[in-house]
Amino acid sequence: MPSALSDRLWRVEMSKSLKGFLSLITNAVRDLAPIVMVIAFFQIVILQQPFPNLGNVIVGLIFVVLGLALFIQGLEMGLFPIGENMADALARKGSLTALMGFSFLLGFGTTVAEPALIAVAAEAADVASVAGAIDDNPAARSDYAFGLRMTVALSVGIALIIGVFRILKGWPVHYLIIGGYIMVVVMTFFAPEEIIGIAYDSGGVTTSTITVPLVTALGVGLASAIRGRNPMVDGFGLIAFASLTPMIFVMMYGMVY
Amino acid sequence: MDTLTHILATGLRTILDVLPIVVILLGFQVLVIRRMPPHPKRMAIGFLYVLIGLTLFLVGLEQALFPIGETMASQLTAPAFIGTPAEGGAVSVNWRDYVWVYVFAFTIGLSTTVAEPSLIAVALKAQEISGGALNAFALRMAVALGVAVGVAIGAYRIVSGFPLPYFILVGYVIVILQTLWSSRSIIPLAYDSGGVTTSTVTVPVVAALGLGLASTIPDRSPLIDGFGLIAFASVFPIISVLGYAKIAEILQNRRTARTRQEAYQHEQSLDKGNVS
Repeated sequence: MPSALSDRLWRVEMSKSLKGFLSLITNAVRDLAPIVMVIAFFQIVILQQPFPNLGNVIVGLIFVVLGLALFIQGLEMGLFPIGENMADALARKGSLTALMGFSFLLGFGTTVAEPALIAVAAEAADVASVAGAIDDNPAARSDYAFGLRMTVALSVGIALIIGVFRILKGWPVHYLIIGGYIMVVVMTFFAPEEIIGIAYDSGGVTTSTITVPLVTALGVGLASAIRGRNPMVDGFGLIAFASLTPMIFVMMYGMVY
Repeated sequence: MDTLTHILATGLRTILDVLPIVVILLGFQVLVIRRMPPHPKRMAIGFLYVLIGLTLFLVGLEQALFPIGETMASQLTAPAFIGTPAEGGAVSVNWRDYVWVYVFAFTIGLSTTVAEPSLIAVALKAQEISGGALNAFALRMAVALGVAVGVAIGAYRIVSGFPLPYFILVGYVIVILQTLWSSRSIIPLAYDSGGVTTSTVTVPVVAALGLGLASTIPDRSPLIDGFGLIAFASVFPIISVLGYAKIAEILQNRRTARTRQEAYQHEQSLDKGNVS
């Protein structure tokens, strides 16, 4: 990102910050209105029950609106520039090892501590013990859950390596993704039945709210920094890899364990 | 007071969650890049905003919406609401009894996706990069529609008991066919939109719906059949975004064709005027 431009944006932003924040609040209200309407409709019309703790709900909604507005503001100021700057600096440095190391660690590091993944891994361990794949005791279950978490984190790290390599090479994303789909389908025939639902879901839970903007900015930043790459065609696609490889790796884990 | 401790606890959890990211970013900045980024202060403030914003967002959702949404999911799937006799034996499940469940699945998938912060992020980036050719709001609507259809079909699958892989396989085949037919600039974004839809807002309510359905319908195991809704919510947005791009492209082409035709007719009438 050229600094003159971002410098000007920064000043404009400061002078308009209050007005800008108000419009962020309005947008947040607009984004949240559908959920509130859906829940109110089902609660009052279909289930015909009163709203429990209406005061609590209203305070909570104010938090949600403020939080969403702050998040979007911070996204433009912090997360996007951070991701793009890292991508730009690493591309300039020209060290493939550093870039790949960064991509792997970003994928691995953001996934391994992901609360949604920890929850899913614990449930998967329960499934495995019920199905008789592992012993029915807490130690075996926590071993299994830990192994699964490591597997998924590893798979997201590898996904980012493949995805970044694709950006460098300018390969079309769909050949790799369709190849991945075929692997998922083939492995579905061999994987134990009880792991399949978890494996399919694990693709969706790995990409958290902070990871997505950072990874998107990394891809777009790289595609902008490398000559001959188009940010629209080459910059996106990292998230797609990060939600595909966990399916393959989790089924593999189910087969090997 | 209770809310305050809740905020602090959630804030701490968010910080722990992003700690690995911060360590990696700082580590590479200091050890590998060794150069100050422009506006480090502004970036730090932005990161702080993200942390505070996400914390407030989660606290608010947990206080205002998740409890009701989750109770609702289990109430709508309860035998008492569906009207099937709960007492054991051979109870046949009629998928038509679950109409309100599908309506709930559709509307909750749609509305939670519209509020999903990571989708907002990707849509804003796509709008910026495409120079405004791609409208962020329209993209989000396309994704939300995909999630809504996906979750509704996923709910039907749990009720009907068909195996999950068949549905996903059909979804993949549709995606592949659409890909062959789509312009190269939309494909990566469409594939990405499958992964970004399911995070903070959508997963808890949708997972509760799946578990509620699987535990109240006879012969379904919550452990095996309860999963899979998220998978639907990650395949169908790809289909809807590719479809949306195709429709936008066709409309655009028709519009250009029409203006070209009008220009041609105009030219011809001018030519005729010159001849006579």
